[in-house]
Amino acid sequence: MKVIEADNLVKRFGDFTAVDRISFEVEQGEIFGFLGANGAGKTTAMRMFCGLSKPTSGIGSVAGFDISKKPENIKRSIGYMSQKFSLYNDLKVWENIRLFAGIYGVSKNEIAIKTDELLKRLNFESERETLVKDLPLGWKQKLAFSVSIFHNPKVVFLDEPTGGVDPVTRRQFWELIYEATLKGITVFVTTHYMDEAEYCNRVSIMVDGRIEALDSPKNLKQQYNAVSMDEVFHQLARKAVRKSE
Amino acid sequence: MHPLENRNDQIPAMDRSKKFSVEVSHLTKCYGKEKVVAVNDVSFQVNEGEIFGLIGPDGAGKTTIIRILATLILADKGAAAVDGLDVVEDYKKIRSRVGYMPGRFSLYQDMTVEENLNLFATVFNTTIDENYHLIKDIYSQIEPFKGRRAGKLSGGMKQKLALSCALIHKPKVLFLDEPTTGVDPVSRKEFWGMLKNLKQQGITNLVSTPYMDEAKLCDRIALIHEGSLLKIDTPLNIINQFGKVLWAVQGNNMPKLLIDLRLNNQINSCFAFGDAHHVTLKNDAYSIEELKSYLIDKGHGEILVHPIEASIEDCFMDVGAGNLTNTSS
Repeated sequence: MKVIEADNLVKRFGDFTAVDRISFEVEQGEIFGFLGANGAGKTTAMRMFCGLSKPTSGIGSVAGFDISKKPENIKRSIGYMSQKFSLYNDLKVWENIRLFAGIYGVSKNEIAIKTDELLKRLNFESERETLVKDLPLGWKQKLAFSVSIFHNPKVVFLDEPTGGVDPVTRRQFWELIYEATLKGITVFVTTHYMDEAEYCNRVSIMVDGRIEALDSPKNLKQQYNAVSMDEVFHQLARKAVRKSE
Repeated sequence: MHPLENRNDQIPAMDRSKKFSVEVSHLTKCYGKEKVVAVNDVSFQVNEGEIFGLIGPDGAGKTTIIRILATLILADKGAAAVDGLDVVEDYKKIRSRVGYMPGRFSLYQDMTVEENLNLFATVFNTTIDENYHLIKDIYSQIEPFKGRRAGKLSGGMKQKLALSCALIHKPKVLFLDEPTTGVDPVSRKEFWGMLKNLKQQGITNLVSTPYMDEAKLCDRIALIHEGSLLKIDTPLNIINQFGKVLWAVQGNNMPKLLIDLRLNNQINSCFAFGDAHHVTLKNDAYSIEELKSYLIDKGHGEILVHPIEASIEDCFMDVGAGNLTNTSS
C-alpha cells in the first residue's frame, strides 16, 4: 500500500520555484529519508505533505487523501515531530500526552489507558509529574516521538528529530522508530546526520528543489561508488546552484 | 569566600617545562544551589598548533570547559592556563590572545556584516585591513554581502562571519564551541577545511562537537560524558584500543534483527548503526556460523555478518557511556 504519493509536485513562491516537479511513492511501514542541504526545498515539500501548504501544481496524496483537497483529513492521519517544536516545556509529562492526544482526537478513556502503557514501556513512570523542561534532551526526544504516534497515525513526519544527544540515547530513539514500523506506521524523516540516513529503507536527496537521487542507501552507495551516504550526499549537493541565502 | 580561594588544594603544580597551548588541571565546576556537577576533575593538555576535539553529547560539560578557558566563568576547583597564562590571574592578557566562537550566534543581528567585523577589530585595537590576510579565505566568501545585516544571513554565512570576528585580532588559540551544530553536511565539511587552514597558520584549535564522525578530523580528541573525560588520545589510537572483534550484522528486516540479536545470550553488546547492527560476542568460542543459523531459525533472510573496524562512536559507547543510560529504553 502506498502511504505517500507525489506526482510532479511543484511549489512556487512568486518567481522562485522552491519545489520543482518531485515524484515518488512511499510504502506502508517504510522508513523514508528525505535529505537535502539547507535551502534545497525539504521543508516546503514536507509542509505540503502535512496539509499545511497547497502545491502550485501536481498531485499528491498522504494516507489516501489528496493534499490539495483534503488537508484536514491528512492532519488527522499523520503525526509530526521536530527538534525545534515538539512538547510544551511548562507542562508535565502526562499533561503533554493528554494535550496532544486530545488534539489528535483520542478519547479520554483511551488516553488514560495508553498513557500508563506508554510510560511503563519507556520506563518513564517516575517522571509522570515532571515538567518537560526538566527532562534530559534525549528523554524529551523519546517522549516527543511517542506522543507523535500516540494516536496510531498512518504516517509520522520527523523533521530533524535528533541532534546533540549521546550515541546510546540516539540509538534508543531509532529503536522506537523501528518499533513503530513493526506496527505498520510509515516514517518520513529529514536529517542532517548522514549516518542516520543509513537507517532508512530508502532515501531521496533533494538539490535545488528537485529530487536528484532516490534509492536504498545500499544502491546509492553502489551507484555513486561511495563508502558512505555522506559521500553520496556530497557528490550530489555539490552540484547545487541555489544558495540557501 | 572567593570560589577559587582553595583551588590549588591538593593539586599538583602544572608542568611548565613543556609549553602547552592549553593546560587544564583537575578542573571542576558545579552549577546552582543543588551543586549539579557540570565538569568533574577534568585534566588535559593541548599542544601548540593542534586541532583538539572535545567530543561528547549535550550536557557533557564541553561548553563549561570552553567558557572557563575563555575566562568567562570561574572554575570551582582546579587550574587552567592558556598560552602559558593563568585563566584567573592573567585573564585580561588571555582575552587578547584567544578567539572565541560561542555555540549560539552571538554577533549583533542588527548590524551589518562589515559593522560586526569592524567592531571586533576595534575592540582589539586593530583594523580589518591590518589582519585581512588572516581572514581572507573565509571572509571573502561573505564579503559580497558585507552590507547585509547579520540577522539576515543563512546559517553557513553566520558561521563564517562569527569565525572571521573570532580571528580578526590574530589570536594564537581559537575556542570553537559546537561550530557545526545544526549546520548542513556540506557547510560542515567546508568548516573543517577552514580549521585545517588555520592550523597551518599555526593557530591552535580547541573545538567541541557532538558529532562523533568529526572526531577523526582532529589531531587528538577527548571523549567527554556527564562531566568526565573518558579518554584522551589520537582518534586512531582510540579506535585501535577497542580490543574486541566488532561484527556488522545485516539482514532483510533490520528492526526485527535487532530484537532477535538482543535475545541471544551469547551477545555482549548490540547497537543499531544504520545499515548494520554492530555486535560484540561474550565468548569467541561462539562461532559466526552458529550466530547465522540462530538468525535463520528466527526467520531472517539475506543475513550478512562480517568483521569491521570500530568507529569513534563504538568506542564512545564501549568506554563507559554505553552503560550509563542504557536502562531507560
